[in-house]
Amino acid sequence: MASNKKYWKSVEELKTDSPIVETLKQNEFVEEIPTDAFLGDKEKLSSSSTTRRDFLKYVGFTTAAASLAACEGPVVKSIPYVVQPDEIVPGIANFYASAIADGFDFANVLVKTREGRPIKIERNTLSENGSCVNARVQASVLSLYDKNRLTAPKMDGAEVSWEEFDAGVAQKMNELSGQDIVLLTQTFASPSTSKLIQEFQAKYPNVRHVVYDTVSSSEALDAFQNKYGTRALADYDFSKAEVIVSVGADFLGDWQGGGYESGYAKGRIPKNGKMSKHIQFESNMSLSGANADTRVPVTPAQQMQVLRALTGGSASGLPENIATAVQNAKAQLQKAGSKGVVITGLPDVGAQTAALNYNEGVGSAVMDTAKPRMTRKGNSAEVRRVMQGVMSGSIKGLITVGVDPVYSFPAGKEFADAYKNLDFTLAFSMKEDATASRAQMIAATPHYLESWGDIQMKKGSFSLTQPTIRPLFNTRQFQDCLLKWTGNTKNYYEYIKESWNTSILGGSSWNQALHDGFFESSVEVSMEDATASEDTMESNTSNGALASQDGGMQLVLYTKTSMGDGQMANNPWLQEMPDPITRATWDNYALISQADAESLGLENEYVANGAMNGNYINITVGDVTVQNVPVIIQPGQAKGAIGLALGYGKKEAVQEEMQTGVNAYPLYQNFSDIQNNVRIEKAAGTHEFACIQLHNTMMGRDIINETTLEIFNTKKTHEWNPIPVVSKDHQEIPVTDPDADLWESFDRSVGHHFNLSIDLNACTGCGACVIACHAENNVPVVGKDEMRKSRDMHWLRIDRYYSSEESFQADTEKKENISGLGSSLSEYGEMESPAANPQVAFQPVMCQHCNHAPCETVCPVAATSHGRQGQNHMAYNRCVGTRYCANNCPYKVRRFNWFLYAENDEFDYNMNNDLGRMVLNPDVVVRSRGVMEKCSMCIQKTQRSILDAKLKGRPVKDEEFQTACSAACNTGAIVFGDVNDHDSEVFELTKDDRMYHLLESVGTKPNVMYQTKVRNTNEA
Amino acid sequence: MKKVQYRKLPSILSLLSIAFLLFFSTFTYAQEEQAADGAAPEGATAEADAETPAAEGVGDVEAGERLFKANCAACHKLDKRATGPALRGVADKYDREWLYAWIKNSQELIASGDQQAVALFEEYNQSVMTAFPQLSNTDIDNILAYTSQEKAPPPPIDPAVAATGEGDGATNEIILAALALVFVLLVVMLFLVTKTLRRIAEANGVVYEEKEKGLPIWKAFVQNQFLVLVSSIFLLLAAGYFMYGFFMQVGVDQGYAPVQPIHYSHRIHAGENQIDCNYCHSSARKSKHSGIPSLNVCMNCHKNIAEVAEETQQTGLNEYGVDYNAEIKKLYAAVGWDESTQSYTGEEKPVKWIRIHNLPDFAYFNHSQHVTVAGVACQKCHGPVEEMEIMEQHSPLTMGWCINCHRETNVAMEGNEYYEKIHEELAKKYGVEKVTIAEMGGLECGKCHY
Repeated sequence: MASNKKYWKSVEELKTDSPIVETLKQNEFVEEIPTDAFLGDKEKLSSSSTTRRDFLKYVGFTTAAASLAACEGPVVKSIPYVVQPDEIVPGIANFYASAIADGFDFANVLVKTREGRPIKIERNTLSENGSCVNARVQASVLSLYDKNRLTAPKMDGAEVSWEEFDAGVAQKMNELSGQDIVLLTQTFASPSTSKLIQEFQAKYPNVRHVVYDTVSSSEALDAFQNKYGTRALADYDFSKAEVIVSVGADFLGDWQGGGYESGYAKGRIPKNGKMSKHIQFESNMSLSGANADTRVPVTPAQQMQVLRALTGGSASGLPENIATAVQNAKAQLQKAGSKGVVITGLPDVGAQTAALNYNEGVGSAVMDTAKPRMTRKGNSAEVRRVMQGVMSGSIKGLITVGVDPVYSFPAGKEFADAYKNLDFTLAFSMKEDATASRAQMIAATPHYLESWGDIQMKKGSFSLTQPTIRPLFNTRQFQDCLLKWTGNTKNYYEYIKESWNTSILGGSSWNQALHDGFFESSVEVSMEDATASEDTMESNTSNGALASQDGGMQLVLYTKTSMGDGQMANNPWLQEMPDPITRATWDNYALISQADAESLGLENEYVANGAMNGNYINITVGDVTVQNVPVIIQPGQAKGAIGLALGYGKKEAVQEEMQTGVNAYPLYQNFSDIQNNVRIEKAAGTHEFACIQLHNTMMGRDIINETTLEIFNTKKTHEWNPIPVVSKDHQEIPVTDPDADLWESFDRSVGHHFNLSIDLNACTGCGACVIACHAENNVPVVGKDEMRKSRDMHWLRIDRYYSSEESFQADTEKKENISGLGSSLSEYGEMESPAANPQVAFQPVMCQHCNHAPCETVCPVAATSHGRQGQNHMAYNRCVGTRYCANNCPYKVRRFNWFLYAENDEFDYNMNNDLGRMVLNPDVVVRSRGVMEKCSMCIQKTQRSILDAKLKGRPVKDEEFQTACSAACNTGAIVFGDVNDHDSEVFELTKDDRMYHLLESVGTKPNVMYQTKVRNTNEA
Repeated sequence: MKKVQYRKLPSILSLLSIAFLLFFSTFTYAQEEQAADGAAPEGATAEADAETPAAEGVGDVEAGERLFKANCAACHKLDKRATGPALRGVADKYDREWLYAWIKNSQELIASGDQQAVALFEEYNQSVMTAFPQLSNTDIDNILAYTSQEKAPPPPIDPAVAATGEGDGATNEIILAALALVFVLLVVMLFLVTKTLRRIAEANGVVYEEKEKGLPIWKAFVQNQFLVLVSSIFLLLAAGYFMYGFFMQVGVDQGYAPVQPIHYSHRIHAGENQIDCNYCHSSARKSKHSGIPSLNVCMNCHKNIAEVAEETQQTGLNEYGVDYNAEIKKLYAAVGWDESTQSYTGEEKPVKWIRIHNLPDFAYFNHSQHVTVAGVACQKCHGPVEEMEIMEQHSPLTMGWCINCHRETNVAMEGNEYYEKIHEELAKKYGVEKVTIAEMGGLECGKCHY
């Protein structure tokens, strides 16, 4: 039936005989087809000799040739050494003890090398100086293979030889003799470097040495120096603490160099009914706050008051809830006596002194001032003078070592212009960063894995850095340059060895010290930079910077767990590592409280593809404005304070994909991480975040099993850690009952049976395991766009949950009280959003290696199957990519390779260049496109340990069984081992009262277990 | 007489199937023939002429030769510098008494400050000559007699022998050609004879019956539907079989024996000289890789072995078309060894061997597990390497091949304390003494694929 309907296409059709309608009718295509572009050129067409037949012939021939060529195998060349070094056996890993000291992170490490290539950083478990191998240190091995590194020294933009370079420097130094030259360095904490700098200054007395910590601890150093005479930082052993009160100190993060988590975690595991109590007053939600038993959001201005109140003053003037919290904390501290400790992160000498005085006063067992930390030295006032000196022209030459002032000085732009006009600029740098690219001379330095070095991290605790690979490029380290320039014929290795033999080792073996990577000694080693001159010190009184407020907001600058001070901005592992709190990757952003966001009209919204967008703001401090800072609304953020991470927004020597975030250093005025009178205005546009966890709450489910210390101590286990029940024949039976099982179990009693235990009390969420897993298992980097689509490849993720009521317990109660449709509709909705100051819990989740795995039963090609050692195997070459397994996995730990991530220009990260691929672990295959991958429980490592034992004809020792995550865990939260070995640590843990399995009610019988999180909510 | 339509069918069919088989036979790697080095054998140093009168008439040349080969030949050659100097005519260069002292204990002589001795020691990179106190002066005389012989001229090539050699080849061909000719002649004759006979018969009035014109064979075949069906099924099955065979050998390189940059003969090293595999492939005992030996391992022996024995060289030339001595020169070039000065030049050119056994990346294999723990002989997987002139891939290296062995082989538990507890538990639980690798979990995917 023909239709008489008329479809109107435009208003024009109403007019009869409209020429437009007529022309449109004649045109088949509304827009002209650009045929002229390829057919218009007559000459070209006629000159082309390819006929259609020829074309078909070519197509046919190439297809045939390609398919024929595919049948023949490639010829693989094998090139052995001409002279094989004794210590290298192809296929066997060598380990070397070394140490990192990049000015921000200081740690003893163990470097795993294969065929002479460092491929992984591990903890040096021999060392006991409390240094922690965090995520950045774990990732530092990839920075060795950074393709943006400098390959040779440069003078005026051209690569030169070192001889020419030395001559150039000598000439400049002689020209400028008598003029003011500043040697601006990172903190080395190195006895021999310190000596070398003195020798250099003896030759060129016009050189001044100034230490510059990019992220300053100057006030704490001043306070310590005023009190104890040494420029150092007090050390804390939190394992001895009963009560920890922190006022704005993120000591599980990077506060005063960080590395306190291992001691802290020891005190957090309930033993004999006791665990430490941790109270945190802070404005940004930090790792420490997230782990605290009680967390009080307090603006920096109020923090000063809180600290005064805690250390003897009164709490008057504080809002009531804060005042109560302070009173409680005070009571707790009083009760703990010498087992209590107060620490603060306020950039104020008065505040730092108050904390030191308090701890000293109660005789705190936690604080150690006899063996303080030497890993920070910088003095803000001196650095400020250098900055002003360069800008005013009083300084004629600037030599920078390991720092990037053009990027990180608050007056970056003006400084950059002044820097360019200096008579002499020399930058020691691994990359052509903001400073080096403007310098007249760039000395290309090696990575720490290619260098020698010695470090005094704590007084009396010395570490050695040794090269683990020949320098990849034509580089020379700073110390070797100094030796050359002072006319010393020794190289730096000989120099260190000699200085250790004469002044540190005291007769002990150098080889042993080098083997261990560290040496403990009671000798005093003088360091020229051990003290700051008196006139630059700040007095003990409060500098008043924090108190005044004229109604603006306060800005709290912090460093992210992944990026630190920004040295490793070109490291894709760190860029892609989710922030432990916000779970956002590839970005920094302003953190703002819900209340402030509402008043400014800022919001985060979830878009249709499941990703998060946010508004932009402009942040103004004084006359500096940082524009277009994306906003994340952070639960627990103190109202009136915003947070912003340093270390982002680098442009120079950073690959385009990794030029992420905004540079917050222009706001880091006076090198103070707290800025007052901050003005914020909403800016246009929306920012696309790559945040990989948008379900922020647990909705009252028992994903993380949690209880309080009181209940844990007084109630029976099944009350706070019940085994889920299922119904069988209308009888409730525990899910662990064999009757509740569909499947026959294998007999796993013979041989090894691996289990992994994760203690939620000890886990701080730091993410070192995530990077260790990346490095060990060749996990690809997928980039921001893919992350935004939730296509992350992390085998191990650390879920972070907020409570939607004031505590998780209240969540559970609320859920249980929901009844009826109306109530469930409204209240479940409410439970999706976190509270204003929520409790936080972390949970590392990797493949649970279920004994009754749901993934195995749905795989159509049997690519995933179970081993009798407990691992759930994944045969990549068998996988056809149906993704049924991922859909059937209740833990969502399977990852699909949507693309080929190696040797693919679309994913131009470390696996796309020869240099970056050197970091790959040869024992683990690089997965191709279209296959599932997941945690293998580091089967290559367990197989290696078993083989080692077989080769030597002995049983495997318990500590030999490790996964990458368990080996990387600084806090001992992750324990791996064989449960058939009844002497093993993990076997003990399976019997622990706190033990539970994730989603136990599903009946998957996982081989990964968790230990119930216990919170110390006891009040004094 | 019963009419048989397809009398020749069976033979035709069998011929057809042979043709089929030949047509589809699996591809093999054409091994490029190593072109025989055109160079004529190096002037073979013939045995010294025994008739040559001894230089001083005091030594017994034959005894000297024996002693020389037993004691000196490791470091000295007659006409060429090796670790030590060339020795021909050495008796004329030095005083005899001095030679006695030097040979018996050169270090003592050097220590005594003898200038000649010290100079010599310095000249030869201070390499210490082994002391021979056991040699009597007579022995030394004998050796010197041997070394004082005139260098024998290279044996003239006997033209007669050469001619016979060539003649041999030629005669063979001629005989063959003659035979072929005779054969062709015979066939022609036979044909002619039948033709003549038939003509005679026709002339004699014998009438040949006209052959009944039967159905052409292909038509009969098409008409017989059953046969068509059966043969098409047969053809399909056969095609399927061969297709399967073809596809299954894609990527299986059994028998792969590429031409290597240096012709290295496992036959000589592992076979004739009985060198243990692990001497060169030492990492097989402790690593996942068996390891291609680095060139310094080769030089452990080849520093002193610059030339192979005469008969080995001849075998190489005749049977394999390889000049072994030239191959050793290639090693020297790669490792940067200067024969004339007996020292390393430092100019190294690493050898790019062609890898024969290639496992795919996704399969993990560990040599030490098999060699050291299980005690599997190398030959089990690599075949009779000691007989291979050119190394080739002996086993298919397919997963089925691995798995079969894992199914059949018992775990070698005896004497390994690692297995003690496992063995005890197994014995207690199942009352078994032996388990195969498969029963221990050796077939699990994750054991080799990660």
